[in-house]
Amino acid sequence: MEKYAVYVPRLIKKKENFAPGHRACIGCGEALAVRMAFKALDNNVIVVNATGCMEIVASQLPFTSWHLPWIHTLFENAAAVASGIEAGYKAMKRKGIAVPENTKVVAIGGDGATSDIGLQAISGALERGHDFTYICFDNEAYMNTGIQRSSATPFGAATTTSPAGKQSFGQFSWKKNMPEIAAAHNIPYVATATHGYPFDLMAKVRKAVDTPGPAYIHILSVCPTGWRSATDTVNRQSRLAVQTGMFPLFEVDNGVYKMSINLPRLRPIRDYLKIQGRFRHLSDDIIDQIQERVELEYQKLLEKANVTKRAKSKSKKGAAKASAR
Amino acid sequence: MATRVGIEVSIAIADAVKLANPDVVAAYPITPQTHIVEHLAELVANGELDAEYIPVESEHSAMSACLGSAAAGARTFTATASQGLALMNEVVYVASPMRLPIVMAVANRALSSPLSIWCDHSDMMSVRDTGWIQIVAENGQQCVDNIICAFRIGEDNRVLLPVMVHMDGFNLTHVIEPIEFPEQSEVDKFLPPNNYPLPLNPDKPVAMGDFAPPVIFTETKWAQEVNIQNSKKVILEIWDKYNKAFGRQYYPIEKHHSDGAKVVLMTMGAVGETASVAIDEMRAGGQDVGQLRLRLWRPFPFEELREAIKDTDVLIVLDRAISFGGPGGPVASEIKAALYDQPKKPRIVSFVGGLGGRDITVAGFKDIVNKGMEIARTGSKNEYEIHGVRE
Repeated sequence: MEKYAVYVPRLIKKKENFAPGHRACIGCGEALAVRMAFKALDNNVIVVNATGCMEIVASQLPFTSWHLPWIHTLFENAAAVASGIEAGYKAMKRKGIAVPENTKVVAIGGDGATSDIGLQAISGALERGHDFTYICFDNEAYMNTGIQRSSATPFGAATTTSPAGKQSFGQFSWKKNMPEIAAAHNIPYVATATHGYPFDLMAKVRKAVDTPGPAYIHILSVCPTGWRSATDTVNRQSRLAVQTGMFPLFEVDNGVYKMSINLPRLRPIRDYLKIQGRFRHLSDDIIDQIQERVELEYQKLLEKANVTKRAKSKSKKGAAKASAR
Repeated sequence: MATRVGIEVSIAIADAVKLANPDVVAAYPITPQTHIVEHLAELVANGELDAEYIPVESEHSAMSACLGSAAAGARTFTATASQGLALMNEVVYVASPMRLPIVMAVANRALSSPLSIWCDHSDMMSVRDTGWIQIVAENGQQCVDNIICAFRIGEDNRVLLPVMVHMDGFNLTHVIEPIEFPEQSEVDKFLPPNNYPLPLNPDKPVAMGDFAPPVIFTETKWAQEVNIQNSKKVILEIWDKYNKAFGRQYYPIEKHHSDGAKVVLMTMGAVGETASVAIDEMRAGGQDVGQLRLRLWRPFPFEELREAIKDTDVLIVLDRAISFGGPGGPVASEIKAALYDQPKKPRIVSFVGGLGGRDITVAGFKDIVNKGMEIARTGSKNEYEIHGVRE
C-alpha cells in the first residue's frame, strides 16, 4: 500500500484543466474536488456550470480559470443546457457538420443547484438518456449566498436559515439522498466520491465520462467557511465523513451496487461532528438520533451492495491513524 | 416552382422550420403551440427532418437546451406560448446578451389568471425587454416567410441574436390558409449554413456566460443595445433579399391606405386582416381612414413610424394587452413615446380589446375608429378605452 501511495500520483498528468488564481476561500474543498475531477479528464470536454461558488470564483469578465470550453447560464438549468450541447453535437456530427470527435459534456453544480432548484432539469436530462455526466459538488448548503440550508444540509447542522436557537437544533430534515434519486432513473452509472479520497474520485469521474449515456457523481466537498471548521482539516473532514458512514462511498454500475471501501466498522459520528462548528450546539440526544440513522442507512446500503462480510479490522489504532493521514 | 397549398398554419410553420433544416428542436407542449411541435416531432420520426428532437420536461429546460445547442453552433428552434413563455422568462433574457441565434415561434396567448388558452398579446409583452428580435406575423404566409427569414437574420454574424416570430394563437395557428411554400433548393440558396463564430469547441476553448462586476456590466449592456439597434438594417436587407428570391416584401410597418389619410388605425397581429376589411368599407363609405400594421416590435421601427404618420391627424392604436395601473396598451404607449418629441404629431387614442380570445369584428373595428375620432375631437378622461367590455 505504502508503495502505491508514492507511485499512483505519478500516473496523474501534470496538466491542470482548472487553473489556480481563482477566488475560492482558503481551504475550499470544492475547488480541490473540481480540480481533481477535471484533472482526471482529457481536454475533449465541454463544461456546463450552474450558478454557484465554482462559477463565481472561477469566472469574472474578462478572466477564467478554465482551460476547457465552459458555459454558465443560470442556476437551475445546467443539465438542460448540457442536453442541448449533447444534442447539438450529435446532430451536427450526423449531418456532416465539422465538430471535434468524441466531445464529452460535463455539467457541474452545487447541492442547491442539484438537489433543490435544478432537480427537475436533472431528472429530465437523466430520463431522456443524454450522453453526459452530471457532477454535484455538495458542500451541504447555499454557501455562495451566505450559508443558507438546502435539502442536502445534514440533520442538525446550523446554517443561516436553519440556525440553532432555543426552539431549534438547526437543520430539521434529513439530507436528501440525491445519489439514490439519480440511481432511481436506471442510468448506467452513479457514484459518490469526496476529495479526501482523490484517486477514487478521479477514477469515478473518468469512468462516468467514459460511460455512454447519462452518469451522475455526487462529490462531498468540505466547506470550512460554511461548516465553521479549520481550513487545514478539509481532507480529514472528508475522510471522516466516509469513515463514520455519514457519506458512504459507493458506485451503482448498471444497477449493481458496489461499496468503494469496505470499512471494518463505522467510527462514531461524534469524531466527525465535533470538529465542525455547525454541529457544536447539538445535544447528546440529537447526536444519538443521527448515529442511529447513519447506521441504519449504511446497513441498507451494505445490503444493496450485497456485502455480507465486513473487512477485518487490523487494530482500532490503525483505523484512527488512517483517518488522520 | 413554389407550391401553393391549403394547410393549417401550425403545420405550415413546422414545414417552414423543416425547410430551414435545424439541427436541434427542443420543445414542451403548450396550447396553442402544440401542433407546431407535434408536426416537427412527426417529421423527425419519419426521417423527413434530420434533427435532434429534445422532448424536454419544461419550457425552462426547452430554452435552456436551446442555449446549449446554439452555443455548440447548432441551428436551433423552439416554440411556445403564454405560461410557457412566462416560465422560460429568465432563460429568454440570457439568450440575447450571450448572442445565441435561437429561433422561437410564439403562438400568442393570454397569461393566467384566470386561465385562458385564447389569444392576446400579454405573453409577448412580458418579453418585450429581453433583447430578442420580435417579428409579428399577420397571416400564415407571413409566418412561413418570417420563420425562414428569422434563421437568416439571427445567424447573420452582424446580428447574432435570438429571434421570436409571433403568431396569434388559434386566430392564426389553428386556421387553414392557402400558403405558398418555397422549394427546398431555393431556401438552401437563401439561407446559408449556420456559421456561429465562437462555438463551444474543445479545439478552441471559450468561456461563455462569465459574471460581470459593475466595472464592466454597463459596457456589456450597451454593447447589447448597440447590437440590436444595428440589427434593424440587416433585418431590412434580409427582407429585401427574401423579396428578390420569393417575391414577397416585408416592412417593419405595413401601410394600407394610410398615406394621406387623416385618421389611421394601427394594429399588430392577426386582427389586422379584419381591421382592413373595416377600413376598406369605411373608405368606400367616403371616410378618410387608413391602416398601419406593426410587423417589427423589437427593434422598434422609430423612423418608419415617424414617416408613416406624417400626414395623420388622429392615430388610433389597438392593443391586445394591458399594462395594469399604467398607460393602458403597450403598443400605444410605445408610439406616444416615439412621437412625443416630433414637431408635428397626431392625436393618439389608445384602445385595448381582443383580450383572452375575444373577437373584434368588422363592426367592432368601425366602432373603434368612430369612437377614436370622437375622442380626438372631444377628449376623454380615460388614459385608454377598453373595447367591448361589459361593466
